[in-house]
Amino acid sequence: MITGTPKPIEEILEMIEPYEKIIVAGCFGCVTVCRVGGEKEVQVLASTLRLAREAGGRPLEIREVCLERQCDPEYLDPMRPYVEDYQAVLSIACGAGIQFMAEKFARTPLLPGINTGFLGVTERQGEWAERCQGCGDCVLHLTGGICPVTRCAKSLFHGPCGGSVGGICEVSRDVPCGWQLIIDRLKALDQLENYGKLKPYKGWSSARDGGPRRIIREDMI
Amino acid sequence: MSISIVLLPCTGRIEEAVLLRAFEKGADGVMVIGCLEGDCHYVNGNIRARARVGRVAGILETIGFGPERVRMYNLSAGEGAAFARFTGEFVDQVQTLGPSPINLARGQQNQESTEEVAAT
Repeated sequence: MITGTPKPIEEILEMIEPYEKIIVAGCFGCVTVCRVGGEKEVQVLASTLRLAREAGGRPLEIREVCLERQCDPEYLDPMRPYVEDYQAVLSIACGAGIQFMAEKFARTPLLPGINTGFLGVTERQGEWAERCQGCGDCVLHLTGGICPVTRCAKSLFHGPCGGSVGGICEVSRDVPCGWQLIIDRLKALDQLENYGKLKPYKGWSSARDGGPRRIIREDMI
Repeated sequence: MSISIVLLPCTGRIEEAVLLRAFEKGADGVMVIGCLEGDCHYVNGNIRARARVGRVAGILETIGFGPERVRMYNLSAGEGAAFARFTGEFVDQVQTLGPSPINLARGQQNQESTEEVAAT
């Protein structure tokens, strides 16, 4: 899922300072699962902002909405009849959802209520960890299901660097060496021969280095 | 100071938004009274409630209301005397804090409107 963290209330209050009537928009997708931008978070954020603003003598009118997804046009359409009745939309979806809403509602300022994090997993309640950088050329079948692009701090492709000591990455004592994880897992799977099958080089043109990416599936158009 | 008692089947039902809503509706303080820890009929409702009360206290601190305006107590259903004692203690605490900032702002606004009416 796409993860995120709430922006500090002070920062949001500063963002909405010019406005008196806004929409707070959540998303039932990833941000609901990681408890940062779903229906409950919309309610809490809206209440918090109303309390803070009214206590400061400038009451704020808020319409609370939570869309099925903010990254698909059909779920944004229901907002169209009323979105321009409000001065701004404070979205607590991921950066993709916020931008898509901004594209669809060209005359309404869009404000981000969260800081979007990464593609990750829930390791335990309240703790998420990055697992994928969307490089566009997956090699997990050769690396025991552990991604060298994401789990190695340097995204190395041919084994650990000299900064790997006792299975720990030099970047932080809390970061396991991705390549140590890969080799341990390949050994456990009796697939160590896969280590030698890795490509001589990795093409990064399908990754972010090639600029903003687009997927076109002719079979679906 | 008046007290409104809201009955719920379990403190686990209490979301952060419900507590914040009480402040929007004019409460100067909110006390949450759950069963004794370890005695929850729904296993961990009161543990969840404690965490939520803690998060709301954090929010109230951030927006200048003060974290002391919300507090969790644990009691068994047979402890009427302790209920009265805890309630008295919390009421004293809220009275010391005074009206919540939102009630102060509303009071000021009402006073201004009254003055405007009087001037006309």
